Amino acid sequence: MNQPAPARRVQLKPPVTNVGVLGWLRSNLFNTWYNSILTVLALALLAWLIPPLVRWAFIDSLWNSTSEACRDIDGACWSVIPNNIKFIFFGFFPQGQEWRPALAMVMLLALVFYSKERSRWKKSLGWVWLASLVIMGILMYGGILGMPVVETSQWSGLPLTMMLSFFGMVAAYPLGVLLALGRRSKMPAIKSLCVVYIEMIRGVPLISLLFMSSIMFPLFLPEGVTIDKVLRAQIAIILFTAAYIAEVVRGGLQAMPRGQYEAADSIGLNYNQTMRLIILPQALKIVIPPTVGILLSAFKDTSLVVIIALYDVLKTTKVALSNPKWTGYSTEAYIFLAVLYFIFCYAMSSYSRRLEKELNTGH
Amino acid sequence: MTQNGRAKSTDPIIQIREMHKWYGDFHVLSNINLEVEKGERIVICGPSGSGKSTLIRCINRLEEHQRGQIIVNGVELTNDIKNIEKVRAEVGMVFQHFNLFPHLTILENLTLGPIWVLKTPKKEAEAIAMKYLEKVHIAEQAKKYPGQLSGGQQQRVAIARSLCMHPEVMLFDEPTSALDPEMIKEVLDVMIDLAEEGMTMLVVTHEMGFAEKVADRVMFMDFGEIVEQNSPGQFFANPQHERTKLFLSQIL
Ligand SMILES: Nc1ncnc2c1ncn2[C@@H]1O[C@H](COP(=O)(O)OP(=O)(O)OP(=O)(O)O)[C@@H](O)[C@H]1O
Ligand SMILES: [Mg+2]
Repeated sequence: MNQPAPARRVQLKPPVTNVGVLGWLRSNLFNTWYNSILTVLALALLAWLIPPLVRWAFIDSLWNSTSEACRDIDGACWSVIPNNIKFIFFGFFPQGQEWRPALAMVMLLALVFYSKERSRWKKSLGWVWLASLVIMGILMYGGILGMPVVETSQWSGLPLTMMLSFFGMVAAYPLGVLLALGRRSKMPAIKSLCVVYIEMIRGVPLISLLFMSSIMFPLFLPEGVTIDKVLRAQIAIILFTAAYIAEVVRGGLQAMPRGQYEAADSIGLNYNQTMRLIILPQALKIVIPPTVGILLSAFKDTSLVVIIALYDVLKTTKVALSNPKWTGYSTEAYIFLAVLYFIFCYAMSSYSRRLEKELNTGH
Repeated sequence: MTQNGRAKSTDPIIQIREMHKWYGDFHVLSNINLEVEKGERIVICGPSGSGKSTLIRCINRLEEHQRGQIIVNGVELTNDIKNIEKVRAEVGMVFQHFNLFPHLTILENLTLGPIWVLKTPKKEAEAIAMKYLEKVHIAEQAKKYPGQLSGGQQQRVAIARSLCMHPEVMLFDEPTSALDPEMIKEVLDVMIDLAEEGMTMLVVTHEMGFAEKVADRVMFMDFGEIVEQNSPGQFFANPQHERTKLFLSQIL
């Protein structure tokens, strides 16, 4: 009945397969003749690429100079970034008010960072989130406490990107889960509604949804009623992402063995309890990797809002580069943007890997 | 018998009358009549595919019957979801493949039903859970996850999980047939304890030793019918039907 007592014998150490650096090199890089060739080729390629790159990026480069100074060098002109950072980040937000979106972004990042420990997921944290979102909204829009009103048409740059992607993900995820449940519903009306929705959305590109939201949708509204353009783009992104999440989640639901439903039924849990306590926690966990994939593309796809004349951080960068003084330095600016996007995406995907590990209960 | 009225204590706890079930066109259960008294222990045996699982799964409505009546503790099983939930809360079930919830600890597996269905306060539910874990000799594993336990241990947890709901009836669907031989005994021992305490039990099993030891009645099913039922002594020594004789000669 109890665990068997461990056998009394000498415990051997697991075998050491590689001794020291040389051993590691031998067993990993030069263990077969074709592996050795590949290693040598790869090293040659790196030797050919890296030094000029380092030279361009770090040795011959200028980090904080005027655009005139950049004309005389061969290296990278990183100066394009500090000189335009205000516009790249905040776009058309009124001069002198940039501290407001900056503060809102810092708040959002701090909250996200704080919320990453699951032990802190309590009701109180939910209230903190709610209050903070209200404060962020006030910071952005203004109108009280002597902060001049800033219409959403002036919201641009990084805050716009962050807002569209944050709310896009946070709202699309639960909506997607509901759609997935609806698609598996036994009620034909709900089921077909969800199927039609999912298939329709997945059948069109995000760009056309954005177009519809900005050009066609207002035509259907009664005269005098307008819905904010940013909000419309936001809704389009949410609806789009939710359809993809729904399909991924449905895959997870299908992977659940029937025995789990039966066990839940047999102890008398109702449908809602079964889903919330038994099925979804397991199904959503299985689909963390593909879900993160969708959230990452949703994040990057926010840059498509440029086609309905919203100025996300990619567009503000482009605008900054259209200044004749800085026209020649788009490589540097886009590398900067790539790094920015990469930081966000990498943070998300490494967090998801951590979550997966934490939720692993060994089955 | 009124549909929702409490049963008198002398009424059978399970009454099945002229019950039929089909899977599509396939007549899987035919004219089942069965009464189970409180405290009775019934072992159901029969060849593979004879409908044993289907029968006991109808009793807590994991499967739906199409004709006849099933009344459990005074509640008739119909499409009324309230009645179904009521019956399920009173009938425990143990499955061949345990069906523990792998994302929850052993303790959480046990407290889930009491907390969400019976609305027991968490502390109290945990105390009850620990009591039953001790009963199945596994209290020291409470904080582990099902994936970290052996098959026999998991099945004992599954039994404890059902017991935490204080069921009136326990259904067992081949509880030992997915287990290695050395683990079968530890599970059967727990079931014997349970029988000795007077639990009403319907057990689908091929463990004839268990049947001889604890059953009040052994039932033989074939082709969706109850062919024969008798006390274990009579059943094994003196089977009445050819089909029963054939079956017994194959498994004994
Ligand atoms: N969901 C289903 N749909 C259609 N037919 C089914 C379904 N479940 C079971 N059956 C069929 O019903 C018959 C009875 O199945 P059941 O599982 O009750 O048999 P059993 O007596 O428990 O057999 P075993 O000893 O193999 O568990 C079998 O012929 C089986 O193929
Ligand atoms: Mg069976």
